[in-house]
Amino acid sequence: MNEMIPPKAERSAALKGLGTSRKRVEDARFTQGKGNFIDDLKLPGMLFGDFVRSPYPHAYVKSINTDAALAVPGVVAVLTAADLEPLGLHWMPTLAGDKQMVLADGKVLFQGQEVAFVVASDRYVAADAVELVEVDYEELPALVDPFKAEIKGAPILREDIADNLEGAHGARRHPNHIFTWESGEKEQTEAAIGEAEIVAEEMIYYHRTHPCPLETCGAVASMDKVNGKLTLHGTFQAPHAVRTVASLISGIAEHNIRVISPDIGGGFGNKVGVYPGYVCSIVASIVTGKPVKWIEDRIENLTSTAFARDYWMQGKISATKEGKITGLWCHTTADHGAFDACADPTKFPAGFMNICTGSYDIPTAYLCVDGIYTNKAPGGVAYRCSFRVTEAAYFIERMIEMLAIKLKMDAAELRRINFIKKEQFPYQSALGWEYDSGDYHTAWEKALEAVNYTELRKEQTQRLEDFKAGATRSLMGIGLCHFTEIVGAGPVKNCDILGLGMFDSCEIRIHPTGSAIARLGTISQGQGHATTFAQILASEIGIPADDITLEEGDTDTAPYGLGTYGSRSTPVAGAATAMAGRKIRAKAQMIAAYLLEVHDDDVEWDVDRFAVKGAPERFKTMKEIAFASYSQEIPGVEPGLEAVSYYDPPNMTYPFGAYICVMDINVDTGIADIRTFYALDDCGTRINPMIIEGQVHGGLTEAFAISMGQELAYDDMGNVKTGSLMDFFIPTSWETPNYITDFTTTPSPHHPIGAKGVGESPNVGGVPAFSNAVHDAFRSFGLTQSHMPHDHWRIWKIANDLGLHDK
Amino acid sequence: MIPAAFNYHRPDTIEGAVKLINEFGDEARVVAGGHSLIPMMKLRMTGLSHLVDLQGIGGLKGISVDGDTITIGAMTTQHELIVHKQLSSRAPIIAEAALQIADPQVRYVGTIGGNVANGDPGNDMPGLMQCLDAIYSLQGPSGQRSVPARTFYEAAYFTEREEDEILTSISFQATGGGYAYEKQKRKIGDYATAAAGVLIEKDGDKCSAASIALTNLADTPIYCEAAVAALVGTALDPGDVGAAVKAAVDASDPSEDNRGPIEFKKHIAGVVIRCAIERAIERA
Repeated sequence: MNEMIPPKAERSAALKGLGTSRKRVEDARFTQGKGNFIDDLKLPGMLFGDFVRSPYPHAYVKSINTDAALAVPGVVAVLTAADLEPLGLHWMPTLAGDKQMVLADGKVLFQGQEVAFVVASDRYVAADAVELVEVDYEELPALVDPFKAEIKGAPILREDIADNLEGAHGARRHPNHIFTWESGEKEQTEAAIGEAEIVAEEMIYYHRTHPCPLETCGAVASMDKVNGKLTLHGTFQAPHAVRTVASLISGIAEHNIRVISPDIGGGFGNKVGVYPGYVCSIVASIVTGKPVKWIEDRIENLTSTAFARDYWMQGKISATKEGKITGLWCHTTADHGAFDACADPTKFPAGFMNICTGSYDIPTAYLCVDGIYTNKAPGGVAYRCSFRVTEAAYFIERMIEMLAIKLKMDAAELRRINFIKKEQFPYQSALGWEYDSGDYHTAWEKALEAVNYTELRKEQTQRLEDFKAGATRSLMGIGLCHFTEIVGAGPVKNCDILGLGMFDSCEIRIHPTGSAIARLGTISQGQGHATTFAQILASEIGIPADDITLEEGDTDTAPYGLGTYGSRSTPVAGAATAMAGRKIRAKAQMIAAYLLEVHDDDVEWDVDRFAVKGAPERFKTMKEIAFASYSQEIPGVEPGLEAVSYYDPPNMTYPFGAYICVMDINVDTGIADIRTFYALDDCGTRINPMIIEGQVHGGLTEAFAISMGQELAYDDMGNVKTGSLMDFFIPTSWETPNYITDFTTTPSPHHPIGAKGVGESPNVGGVPAFSNAVHDAFRSFGLTQSHMPHDHWRIWKIANDLGLHDK
Repeated sequence: MIPAAFNYHRPDTIEGAVKLINEFGDEARVVAGGHSLIPMMKLRMTGLSHLVDLQGIGGLKGISVDGDTITIGAMTTQHELIVHKQLSSRAPIIAEAALQIADPQVRYVGTIGGNVANGDPGNDMPGLMQCLDAIYSLQGPSGQRSVPARTFYEAAYFTEREEDEILTSISFQATGGGYAYEKQKRKIGDYATAAAGVLIEKDGDKCSAASIALTNLADTPIYCEAAVAALVGTALDPGDVGAAVKAAVDASDPSEDNRGPIEFKKHIAGVVIRCAIERAIERA
């Protein structure tokens, strides 16, 4: 026994566990260009696939002639829907209970839709042959505006289901209508609003945009005809779900399919869905017996794989004269594009849009969402947010601002009056959620004080006077936002995707010399799982994070899980990691007690060891325990030290935050300079503060892009107007504002380590803060609502419409 | 983003390059920095069988100052324009404009010759060259000729240059007085929503000479003769500046795109032109 036991704090620091700003272990690889992304994969004899895509938003496909393409030396095959039909793969199921064409089956429904798949021995040959496939189209009128979907004479998009008036989510009232989803109390809410002293009403559009990850989508399918096994490498945010879906639709037994997600260069929801490129690669590999690679280019990514948002939200909010909210009503028209390929838990066709009561104690509320088909690309994924939560947060935070205008009240004060109070948690929302924890007032006061809110308002008043006096052409906007997220989907009782419960998992093996490997059902796309999950484990089992390898993404080795999106990794897989760690520790306790010749209950955990109670000099470190578990007989205990945990969360977690944006807007140029952006996040227990800060910076920058310029725009004919990074706004470091980050800590009461998830909060809270700042600058001139993105010309138009330019 | 097959040529003399484009006709194009042409090839929006790279021709690079005459070889990069000390003192508007083109990576490769010869209305150098009243040297099969920048541009991507000619150099007179190149864009790397180059010389309190040209406000750059006339001989009072701004805006003819509608662009044109004139006056 060593009497020189290092102090607790020193041993604890050596673990680099919870709360440590441990450097990202992934970065040594990524910063040296040594990552292993899908397009880095080269298999012997690999073929390359490329798509013929529709130039038309809506057309019949009369015929496809592949002769000239097949005649090109090096072209191996050209697949069309007719080739996939015998396999039953010309259509595929979507995650939302709809089905989607893999290749055009008689018609095309959006510009960029996949029509034929050319397979060639060389990437260049494949592209050459794509140009030689002759497709005879008969153009049809395009439906672009969802509000015109059900008018008389509207073109019918989905002729395949035109007569089917019962969809995956209940009755359909028109061939272009997908579903109606309701939440809350309609009559009660309408009565409350009808009787109210003050009502604000507005249409709020959260425009269509796209997650646009740095790496586009891609796959390499490899069918081994000798052993009958299919290996599918690809950009999958949920590799296990892809394996199960691939098995169900292809008929290949699940044990014969191995799905591998390599390093992924950003997902943000774009890599949740199943795309025609994956299916065509698999079929092409089965047909040719060779590996087949398919990689999207940027234009294909923006125009054909999953978009985000596109919610038209008609809202009413009512209050007393004193500003106490009495009711909230929302009708959303959701533009889903040509197929309902939203990635939501199956029972939630509009995701968690019913978190739209936000951070406020609203006694009654009603939400109705109508999903509509249009001639646009399918998608509707959660772009760095939990399902439709950013739409919900934008809606309520705009409605609060509108109500403040009606009440002639300061919007910070209005929020203060209506926040759910700390003592009300767990809080039952009017739309059915149980908020686990929160302390909104504390966060709010801290934020207002940090930016010196009172002084800012005085400065704004002075600026306004100067503007009116002609001394400046700049207005000042103060954008407030207090958001509540709902993440960590989710409890198996109400959350599933295609019937697969949304639990997650972790499996841990401790090696004889006291290091370890942990495997999870999730997959990092840049979140830094290899860094942070090792930290959770280090604190749980007393092995340094540096001695723990973390592996994800290979379905042959990782335990089953539902993947990484919707800020679910820390709330669900992080919990599984802690629980598996606790199983390890429980076994280690028995081994330690045996080695120390005392009863199990007579040893206690001490950072990285078990020690005899009252005799701390008698201990066994985890290293010693690990070795003993492999090297000696311990009566009543199996050899080895391993554990697996499948975690079904009892509830969602509810991260929240208080964001304040200050900007100066030149009314003549429409240029908005972000002067200050303050972001306070409460994500419960903080695992790695440095990674949290990085996540907040990244999410805020996406929020800045979305609110200030980024959009996936279509013209009236259904043509994509922003199909490249020339027009689709991705800010550079030059445009990106500086951020001030801050935090409060309100641990989740039901999560094993109290963590809530943070990656998506800044996108959810950032968009309303930026947008509210723009609106706030023009509030005194009578502006109520102007739709995003707030690019130069739209800001200029606000000023112009308000008569702020000389005529 | 996969181009069709093409043949690659790298001649080491201008005569050799001219011979190649003469031989292959409209199936050949010369490439300088390639920042316009290569993306068009990758998008398969231009089909050509022969790419004639000018990188191997030594004589096309470099900046020379002979008295008041400045000559810039077509293959000189934007970056070289920015860091050239003599150029920055004799015609500082060049560096000011070049710094607003794209980003450093593009500027290390993109050339002044490619920028002015392509005829893309979004490029900044054509307007700037009209502002400087530059002369372009073109080399064809029958020898060399000179064309003023102010008459070079006919329509978007259509210029005075014949298909078998290569733009080899640009020359202009060193500037005195004040200058400004003002550009509004959506982000780094974007083309201008509106941009204006202005030169102003003063003799005592009076404006003795001026030049104003616009970028991306029509399908060609615009030299604003009426706006210049509104300034020369005046005391550059606010009223004179206002008249020049109005004349320049009237000369613009922008089209709607993702940057905004025509009404907005005309308004922004007014803002950037005024800003450029006022800054040039301050520096004069």
